[in-house]
Amino acid sequence: MNIVVAMKQIPDLQQIRIRNRQPLFDDVPLTLGTIDKNALEAAVVLKEADESIKVTVLSAGNEEVEDTIKEALAAGADEAFLILDDALEGADSAAIAAVLAAAIKQMDGVDLILFGEGSGDNYSGQVGSRVAELLNLPQVGYVSSMEIKGGQAVVTRTLEDCDEVMEIALPGIISVMAGLNEPRIPSVTQILKAGKKPKEVLELDEVDVDIKKLAFTETISNLAPESNRKKIVVKSVDELLQGLRSENLIGR
Amino acid sequence: MAGILIFSDKTNLALELLTAANSISSSNGDIKAVTINNDEQAQALSEAGANVYRINAAELILADVSAVAAALGQAAAELGSDIILLSSNRRGKELAGRLAQVIGAGCLTDVNSLEAADGKTTCNRNALGGATVANQYLKADKQVIAIAPKSFTPAAGGSGSINDLSVEVKPSAVKLLEVKTKAGDSVDIEAAEVLVAVGQGLNSKDDLAMVEELAKLLGGEVACSKPVATDKKWLSEDRVIGLSGKICKPQLAIILGISGQVQFTVGIRDAKTIVSINTDENATINSLSDYVLTTDLHEAVKAMNAALK
Repeated sequence: MNIVVAMKQIPDLQQIRIRNRQPLFDDVPLTLGTIDKNALEAAVVLKEADESIKVTVLSAGNEEVEDTIKEALAAGADEAFLILDDALEGADSAAIAAVLAAAIKQMDGVDLILFGEGSGDNYSGQVGSRVAELLNLPQVGYVSSMEIKGGQAVVTRTLEDCDEVMEIALPGIISVMAGLNEPRIPSVTQILKAGKKPKEVLELDEVDVDIKKLAFTETISNLAPESNRKKIVVKSVDELLQGLRSENLIGR
Repeated sequence: MAGILIFSDKTNLALELLTAANSISSSNGDIKAVTINNDEQAQALSEAGANVYRINAAELILADVSAVAAALGQAAAELGSDIILLSSNRRGKELAGRLAQVIGAGCLTDVNSLEAADGKTTCNRNALGGATVANQYLKADKQVIAIAPKSFTPAAGGSGSINDLSVEVKPSAVKLLEVKTKAGDSVDIEAAEVLVAVGQGLNSKDDLAMVEELAKLLGGEVACSKPVATDKKWLSEDRVIGLSGKICKPQLAIILGISGQVQFTVGIRDAKTIVSINTDENATINSLSDYVLTTDLHEAVKAMNAALK
């Protein structure tokens, strides 16, 4: 069984500084999306229970992805399939989806494609659904547990007010929820071995997608929100309650 | 002129979408609403002024995103709608990308404000994990925009119409085996006027009792940062504030022992008044607060409970 885990390279969000409301990316290390790591962990857990499973990590992005993806290979993916071009950095979800779908078509016998419910940085949650439509595959999102049974998966989709237990025919696309599991931290040996795992690297023109035609989103500005809070420092609970009372926020 | 189509699985969110659609309709044409197997929602929308097109087909289930996207794609083509507004709850977000792909549209999700000007519909949405707000528009003839819950007030009053629409239902490759309604602790922190949110500064699960007492005394609900629910499992995930939890806009938020990482603050920064109580006088949350009390939260909560009783 072949499982593909789609992962996005993102800047380490904890290390982005804001100056004059502008996000600063200088020297911010690159990593993989947090929820994507949950998806990878889910695949690796399945693989540990069934040795016939092969886990391929799939990513489209700039040239630096080749290095960033080692994190996923160290954490248990068997191999990487990468589409690299600097034009893919920050590309529209529609473009990334088209590239990933084209890449999946080039792979042999893919049974299950896993995504995170949203990327770590943009969290738009479109790519998995778009790939599902492009490949005409069934999908279930917001999956909080899954089990593979023969040619299908039984999964739980967790919505705001209920859980849906779903059976999905394979090949299919599953997007997992944040916090589904605790992604493993690879050991030093695993990190060293990761560099030797097989990688298939394609250029953008090898997947035949015109990403310029799929650049739908125009960003006018992207700034930290202005905060004009009062920042009144109070010395005691009494002083705090007095302040809140004066604003009619308590004791109404 | 291109029209707007609205759809949500939830009636309250569909009514919010109607308000959103009304706010951009002068430059984007007429508004139509689609309902799927939900006559009650069709009625509510028409009473709020929408022209509703009901799709009633038993074999079309909302759990099958592929089939719903195909049905809405047909509806949009039939009704001549180029802009489709969905709700950015989980159901709507999962649908958004697929529907956008079905109709060849650009797509934005988690949009919390809309403005129509110069032939564009500009949207605000959180980016970089909530650190920034991106102001964006779609340069595409067809657009799918998913609107975050509670970004607009629900539409009310008006007289619309109810019509029937038939679509071809795509064969399904998923089966809904069971629906489990969430038991017990189902709380709607988004609806609360007052929230008392606890973070990892709380010493133990036993200390939750006094936090709950404070919330009760203030007429509010207890909420938390993500680790309190997912790592410590002291509270249910329904109570998580932040990017991967709820986006809340209460009148008053009392933030206890939370440092204020952006993944959390994005869920509370629209509160009217924010109080932070923390032992760290340099905690990030303090610069986003109206009142800052630097002290041990446990002592502060006890004192507040005593004073408010």
